[in-house]
Amino acid sequence: MSEKQSMAAWWDSRHKSLYERLGGEGAVDAAVDIFYRKVLGDDRINRFFEGVDVQKQAAKQKAFLTFAFGGPNNYTGTDMRTAHARLVQAGLDDSHFDAVMEHLGATMQELNVPGDLIAEAAAIAESTRSDVLGR
Amino acid sequence: MITIRYGRRHFEPGPEESVLDCLERGGVAIPSGCRAGSCQTCLMKATAGLPPADAQRGLKDCLKLGNHFLACICHPTENLEVALPEETQGVTPATVKQLELLNDDIMQVALECHQPIEYRPGQFINLFRDPGLGRSYSIASVPGADSHLHLHVRRLPNGRVSGWIHDELRTGQTVEVRGPAGDCFYVPGRPERPLLLIGTGSGLAPLYGIIRDALLRGHTGPIRLFHGSRNRGGLYLTGELQELTRQHSNFDYVPCISGDEIPPGHVAGRAEAVALKEVPSLKGWRIFLCGHPEMVRSATRKAYLAGASLQDIYADAFNVNQAA
Repeated sequence: MSEKQSMAAWWDSRHKSLYERLGGEGAVDAAVDIFYRKVLGDDRINRFFEGVDVQKQAAKQKAFLTFAFGGPNNYTGTDMRTAHARLVQAGLDDSHFDAVMEHLGATMQELNVPGDLIAEAAAIAESTRSDVLGR
Repeated sequence: MITIRYGRRHFEPGPEESVLDCLERGGVAIPSGCRAGSCQTCLMKATAGLPPADAQRGLKDCLKLGNHFLACICHPTENLEVALPEETQGVTPATVKQLELLNDDIMQVALECHQPIEYRPGQFINLFRDPGLGRSYSIASVPGADSHLHLHVRRLPNGRVSGWIHDELRTGQTVEVRGPAGDCFYVPGRPERPLLLIGTGSGLAPLYGIIRDALLRGHTGPIRLFHGSRNRGGLYLTGELQELTRQHSNFDYVPCISGDEIPPGHVAGRAEAVALKEVPSLKGWRIFLCGHPEMVRSATRKAYLAGASLQDIYADAFNVNQAA
């Protein structure tokens, strides 16, 4: 344990949102580039992105990462459900969700995000599993 | 008090009000989505005044240069005149100054616009045969270097405008031109960065403009062009491009043939495949992709997977108008 933090610094570290602690939009931009490339390069899941416009999809990935990082977003459970319904019919299952979670974690590690923040973001992303898989 | 002008009307945003909220409050319907600066649906352009830099977050360089901004996060610091991007294109009559076949299928059309339009090589204009019948063509000329605006028009089977351009249009005739539009152009500022340009067929038009624009602006980094066609007859400007390679040591031109007969000096394969084989890592490169929509789609994905940032991939897919 290092020397005493000031009260203000302690307060900030406890009360700044995860999104701010991760680095806000700058962090998301850096993450999207890495994250989406991992997803597209993964043969376990990239078939779900076939025929998709890469640029348009990247905007959606950015929105997803913003959400996963606890940032401002308009997602509802229904949105996630409808957006993935067709993919669920095409066979989307837990293994694919797990693969995406893997890439989220690996991306944050590449960006040197501290383990506890990775866990917080992972928990937020994990909370969408039932909606994404239409359960 | 800051004012926003849109069309003929003036609006005064409240202290915390974004341009989007302000215009909507005044009854103007502006396309919007996330209202948080992510989705870019509310993209607008400032035709006078400068939008604040933080309202340009996430936009490609070329859009920033053109004073585009996101209305939902724009809190202007000075008076602005704004418009939706598609509203900023003027219509002007243009005289056909020259018609020249560059190969069996591709006609170079040289136009003199009655009202000069400010364009960047690689953008496109809409050319109208009749008020209701127009097509988009990319600009191959460079302002200052070419005396007229050049288009490369490929004859399409049953093409209602391309057929007319090849068979009926004559020099001296007047056509209507609207534009320019498009974000596929050279952005100065990093003269040492490597550029990769991949085109098929008349996709060479914008690339030819972009390359010469870059060289004229003193680009020093590598500029690599891969132009592909099924056969040698589909290529063109080969002499001019080879001359450019002699004049500029940083420019490289590879003609690619995807069909069976590969003449000497040409490389076998599709332009995108050849390019990605020659330059396997694209991290830090700026990429321009023009021509066949399938090539553009596939090359975008492959370039991204090869390490190029999505912000650096400029794609212009030449979609064929299917209306009979």
